[in-house]
Amino acid sequence: MWDRIKLEPSKFALHLAVLLIVAIWTFPTAGLLVSSLRDKNLIATSGWWTALSTTDRSAQGRMAEPAKQVSKDGKFEISGSLFEGAETAGVVKAFGLKVQKPDEFVAGSTATTEDGKTLTVMNDGSYIYTSPVAFEGDSGKRLFYINSVPPKFTTDNYSNVLFSEGIGRSFVNSLTVTIPATIIPILIAAFAAYALAWMKLPGRGFIIAVIVGLLVVPLQMSLIPLLKLYNATGFLSKTYLGIWLAHTAFGLPFAIYLLRSYIAGLPRDLIESAQVDGANDFKIFLRIVLPLCFPALASFAIFQFLWVWNDLLVAIVFLGSGEDQLVLTGKLNGLLGSRGGNWEILTASAFVTIVVPLTVFFALQRYFVRGLLAGSVKGG
Amino acid sequence: MADIKLTKLNKSYGSVHILKDVSLDIKSGEFMVFVGPSGCGKSTLLRAICGLEAISSGQLEIDHAVVNEVPPSKRGIAMVFQSYALYPHMSVYENISFALENQGLPKDEIKKKVEKVGELLQLTPYLARLPKALSGGQRQRVAIGRAIVRGAKVFLFDEPLSNLDAALRVQTRMEIAKLKRDMPNTTMVYVTHDQVEAMTLADRIVVLQAGRIEQVGTPMELYEKPGNTFVAGFIGSPKMNLVTGAPATREKCTTMGIRPEHLQISTKASAKAIAGTVEYTEILGSDSFIYVMTEQGMVTARESGSTAIKNGNKVYLSPIAEHIHRFNESGQRIN
Repeated sequence: MWDRIKLEPSKFALHLAVLLIVAIWTFPTAGLLVSSLRDKNLIATSGWWTALSTTDRSAQGRMAEPAKQVSKDGKFEISGSLFEGAETAGVVKAFGLKVQKPDEFVAGSTATTEDGKTLTVMNDGSYIYTSPVAFEGDSGKRLFYINSVPPKFTTDNYSNVLFSEGIGRSFVNSLTVTIPATIIPILIAAFAAYALAWMKLPGRGFIIAVIVGLLVVPLQMSLIPLLKLYNATGFLSKTYLGIWLAHTAFGLPFAIYLLRSYIAGLPRDLIESAQVDGANDFKIFLRIVLPLCFPALASFAIFQFLWVWNDLLVAIVFLGSGEDQLVLTGKLNGLLGSRGGNWEILTASAFVTIVVPLTVFFALQRYFVRGLLAGSVKGG
Repeated sequence: MADIKLTKLNKSYGSVHILKDVSLDIKSGEFMVFVGPSGCGKSTLLRAICGLEAISSGQLEIDHAVVNEVPPSKRGIAMVFQSYALYPHMSVYENISFALENQGLPKDEIKKKVEKVGELLQLTPYLARLPKALSGGQRQRVAIGRAIVRGAKVFLFDEPLSNLDAALRVQTRMEIAKLKRDMPNTTMVYVTHDQVEAMTLADRIVVLQAGRIEQVGTPMELYEKPGNTFVAGFIGSPKMNLVTGAPATREKCTTMGIRPEHLQISTKASAKAIAGTVEYTEILGSDSFIYVMTEQGMVTARESGSTAIKNGNKVYLSPIAEHIHRFNESGQRIN
């Protein structure tokens, strides 16, 4: 009895906390996605959570000019549709002749003005404006109405940002930076980690201590010396090779540290068994250690990929700002300044930016969960 | 055909001395078992023979060649690890073929050999499986298969049965005995802390304690003529009674050893008997163990079948004269 009573609230609290965290993560992402798919006029007038409902907004239109009037039963009449030539159609709920009162008359009813003119506006936006005397003037009369717009989704924003705003090109640039900058440190670190975990080297402990020490060196501290070095060599500055090497260097201490502790945790018997089976260190590494440390490789790959993908500082310092080198974060930063008011562009760009990290995470996350070692040693 | 010769072998980790002047001859084709309490260095000795531990001083010869500095794979040995050490990401076939692959054998030859071993160990239906899809006994057989397929001259077993449950352990023990019969020329060295395994499998047993060899001999030699009190207490189940004081003095020794099965238990007093009170009895069906508290401490006696003796009974234990083991003050056997 006591167990139940004590256990339940803590479990409940845990579930609640998890739910809260999930909500905190999911909500903005969902909002971003929904916003990026909405019509740009709708984003400006209502929040993303109203995306599935029709929205009422006041609008104004102009009726056809008097030149188009026709004479009918001794009266003069102008007719047409409010939505002629408009991008977004909708349903007219109410209309009015004064800007202060766009909802004065219900759609379908007939409004009569003091000088005997009558105006009827139907739901579909068609109107009939009649007058006992001929209309005069050059331009049509202004009309105010409440337009209820149905939900509308579009991928225009994406094609816009990808092909006209230059996000597409930056996306490719980001991938060009990120993929090698993830793979190179993994390759180097895996070899180093195996050596530091299982090979008898003089000064192994010292090397490990130095690597752990390098973990706490702030990246910013090395930017200027590194940049000077690059400029001195000439061929590395403002090149992709240069930034790959920079990201590799910044990522290596963590990579070696993470992989070494994982590889050192592999059962000793496995390595020794392979030694007795006549495998040399290189073969043990390739055939036994590398396949078994895949979860660690995957988790480091996720870390490094996300870090490089989201990096702005290193990219600004080591890459140029030309179209062929500007990465997504840099481009996004630029868009914020130049197109700050265009939400449809910003949301679509932001979503393009996060879609790759999300894909990487979901593709590799199962390696966190799966126990690859099951069955190797006793029990299992 | 390979014999193993150890001469004054020492192994120390820094100041910790694990193996102390171990000298031993293992004859070709012999089944040698190392037993001893945990921490006695038996596994270290095996690993030193294997080449996984460097030897601090002394000499190790396999097949008349000094192999102190030879890597494990070049010593002509195969090792079966306690944890099986199967490669978890490789199928049974790949596990068995890994060593052959490292030798650079052609593929069809590897296939032939692996299939032959698979047949021998009844693993043929499982060759494509991963180790995690096998039972404990099957994993054990794969580990043995890996050793067999290389055609090694020396097999080293490091407590291979300790991860199996009791029933499977007996079965696998018999399989290993059969394996040895089928491969009479292969030298096998087997480490265990289970003296039943040692007694049933071994041609000869090495009893180790604190890094030293206490005694080497056939199972029956160790049972019948333990060289010192340690071996006397270690071999045999239940343990041999080691009695000091008046009964030992009567036999002209410091410590008198008498096995439980060599004590006659009676409720009537007699001159040479040791008197005591029954503390506890265990009736196993085939035999019964009676634990008697005497002036010299707890003494165990064995009776065939069931027993009429109850807890609290006053009993007299008389040793059968020809089965008395006599040890001097330093614990060595007196003949």
